[in-house]
Amino acid sequence: MHESALADRAGLAAGNIGSGGGLIDGGGRRGGSGAAKTPDRAYVTGMTIALSGIAMFFVAIVSAAVVRRGAPSGDWQPIRAGSELWQILSLNTAVLLASSFTLAHARSRGRSGDENGFRRWWVVTTVLGVLFLAGQLLAWRLLEAAGLYLATNPSSSFFYLATAAHGVHLAAGIIALLLAAFRPVRRMARITAMEVASRYWHAMDAIWIFLFLFLIFGGRA
Amino acid sequence: MSAASQPVHTPAAASSGFFRRYVFSTDHKIIGLQYYFLALLAVTTGIVLSLMMRIHLAWPQAHWPFVSGGILRPEQYLALMTMHGTIMVFFVLTTAPLGAFGNYFLPIQIGAPDMAFPRLNMLSFWFTFAAFVCMLAAFVVPGGAPISGWTAYPPLSGLGNVTGPGEGMGQTMWIVSIGIFCIASLFASINFITTTIEMRAPGMNLMRMPLTVWAWFVTAVMSLLSFGVLLAALIMLVLDRSGGTSFFIPASLVVNGELQAGRSGGWPLLWEHLFWFFGHPEVYIAILPGMGVTSHILSNFSRKPVFGYRAMAATLCAIGFLGFLLWGHHMFVSGMNPYSSLAFSALTLSIGVPSAVKTFNWLGTLWGGQIRFDTPMLFSIGFVSFFVTGGLSGIFLAQPALDNMLHATYYVVAHFHLVMGVAAIFGIFSATYYWFPKMFGRMMDEKLGKLHFWLTFIGAYCIFMPMHFMGIYGGIRRYSDWSGATYLAALRPMHEFMTVAALATAAAQLIFFYNFFRSLASGAKAADNPWRGTTLEWATASPPPIDNFAGAYPRVYRGPYEYSVPGAAEDFTPQHLPPEAMLVNEGARNA
Repeated sequence: MHESALADRAGLAAGNIGSGGGLIDGGGRRGGSGAAKTPDRAYVTGMTIALSGIAMFFVAIVSAAVVRRGAPSGDWQPIRAGSELWQILSLNTAVLLASSFTLAHARSRGRSGDENGFRRWWVVTTVLGVLFLAGQLLAWRLLEAAGLYLATNPSSSFFYLATAAHGVHLAAGIIALLLAAFRPVRRMARITAMEVASRYWHAMDAIWIFLFLFLIFGGRA
Repeated sequence: MSAASQPVHTPAAASSGFFRRYVFSTDHKIIGLQYYFLALLAVTTGIVLSLMMRIHLAWPQAHWPFVSGGILRPEQYLALMTMHGTIMVFFVLTTAPLGAFGNYFLPIQIGAPDMAFPRLNMLSFWFTFAAFVCMLAAFVVPGGAPISGWTAYPPLSGLGNVTGPGEGMGQTMWIVSIGIFCIASLFASINFITTTIEMRAPGMNLMRMPLTVWAWFVTAVMSLLSFGVLLAALIMLVLDRSGGTSFFIPASLVVNGELQAGRSGGWPLLWEHLFWFFGHPEVYIAILPGMGVTSHILSNFSRKPVFGYRAMAATLCAIGFLGFLLWGHHMFVSGMNPYSSLAFSALTLSIGVPSAVKTFNWLGTLWGGQIRFDTPMLFSIGFVSFFVTGGLSGIFLAQPALDNMLHATYYVVAHFHLVMGVAAIFGIFSATYYWFPKMFGRMMDEKLGKLHFWLTFIGAYCIFMPMHFMGIYGGIRRYSDWSGATYLAALRPMHEFMTVAALATAAAQLIFFYNFFRSLASGAKAADNPWRGTTLEWATASPPPIDNFAGAYPRVYRGPYEYSVPGAAEDFTPQHLPPEAMLVNEGARNA
């Protein structure tokens, strides 16, 4: 860690509690002041760390798929469910990607004190998230229609596993977005909740793009 | 310690009732103790299971009062082995060093009032507790406990009842339990890492952190990056068991005369890769906190700074990093590509370098010190001894050619019990004797402590040293009974010797339990700093108040191991002692 950051933190703790940094009460966490100007760093750090753990979970699934595809039994069949499947998945990806932009916009509205703008864009983001999940369900329907179920082939097993695992994480993200906007968690300032929820959301977006590219290039060909 | 340095923090539990204070507590100290007592319960269970195995190995025809038919059947032996391994690795070696002592002392040693997320911390403990209850429940479900070992290799673990009793409901309970444990460990690791990064007292920069904190931090990072992988593997295993998928189950498998139809050609080796990608870091999760505690205690009781503090911190990180790259050395005989065995072998040998640096630095810390042989010190020296003994056989096992011969024998049992089992347990004992006064405000009995040390030290070597010879002779592990193999008949007296040693060593633990609970009730009152230590846990009362420092949060002025500083008034200079105070002390001495 950089020396100046440490000196900064030491100074913070010694004199300026509550003025915006990490130590104990940076964002008014336990003190309960809801009007903090900067997010409580402990929560933001905690979320970043949690996300690296979650990333490892998805890396494990994708690595397993790569290894399984190369298994000596040679039973891996590419997913054949017509071009609609890839179209709907591309559309879903676009929707989720758009939600990251609307989220960033909502956050900048919120930071500049535009409460209505914040709510509007935050709700748009949530709706886009729900649309994405609905689109994923549609993709599952297409797979079913093509006769591809969970146990049909390792490729379909991994398809369902990866999309379901991501879907569960994204559904949690939708709940987090709703909580952050309408019912800030007890003792957590709005700005902190906003920052933490956004980080999670952007990460789920990034993980989806990673999974999507993998499903195209790893599962289809 | 000016008034301005007091964080605005009023722990909620202070005024609440019994349940909020001691059961669903958010105080890291109470949670640490909860983990500790859970580990005591688990270790007792694990020891009972191991004694049953040992008695059966020495006297296969022994009659058991509560076993139907009186004689232990092979699958019951395997169930004992599975549950012994699982309970010891997860609920003792992971919960005690990190969950118990890490929870209790990490915040205090960095001068924080609590963990970064106290309620998440409470959730971690209760998830761990639920996982333990779920694991024990596997004994009483139809079919009994699983028989697939703590590594749960498919296809044995992936097909349900057909592969054996315990593989139905019992294995399901095992998977659910470990799944919950994964989530609990992930929560805990997020908490440990965030606390270390964000909650350090002013002046506590990274190079002033006690090596215990370094060890817990690296351990938490390893947990964070490995438990998610195990969780993913467990989900796939559940799908193979209940969803008809073929992640791990090969096609056309015939088990007990039954064709397992409908599988498309899964790969058991995939499970081994996923499991050991978690499993190897896991063994370092068990041992790293012991390394930290050993460094901490050797320095304190030698009245010398840790030899090569920076090297000690760096090697913890190096071991943590390398620990992720050598999982394949558990799989040399799995049919894996021999070229990858070569790579894993080289990487495994390379972890000997940081391990040796640590060992030599421990010896360097002892060298020329004014050594005091109190019980914590004895157990720390015992840790070094077992770490070296167990580590040396690791160098042999790291060679694929030798491992091919030794892998399925007692040589491996000796290796991992000494290096991660006994060494880690000695770390736990060492930490218990050292921090007992801080945790409970009373001293443990020194005479009983020393007796406990010598009996356990000699006993553990008597149990595990013969296993090396047994393994080299070809004594195969995981078999409940060698009666069928005439070449192994000569080894029977060795088994009997080890079993007697195991019974004696287990009995010696009663001394520990007696000492622990008697000291808890009526031990001599402990001073705030009975070992004359330098780190922040000794800067507060014994036991510490609810916010750890009664509002007077310390500022840190120096490194953690300033013992016998030339010119200083005392032979230890606490981290929180302002430089002015040192001068005053010196002035007083000169005057």
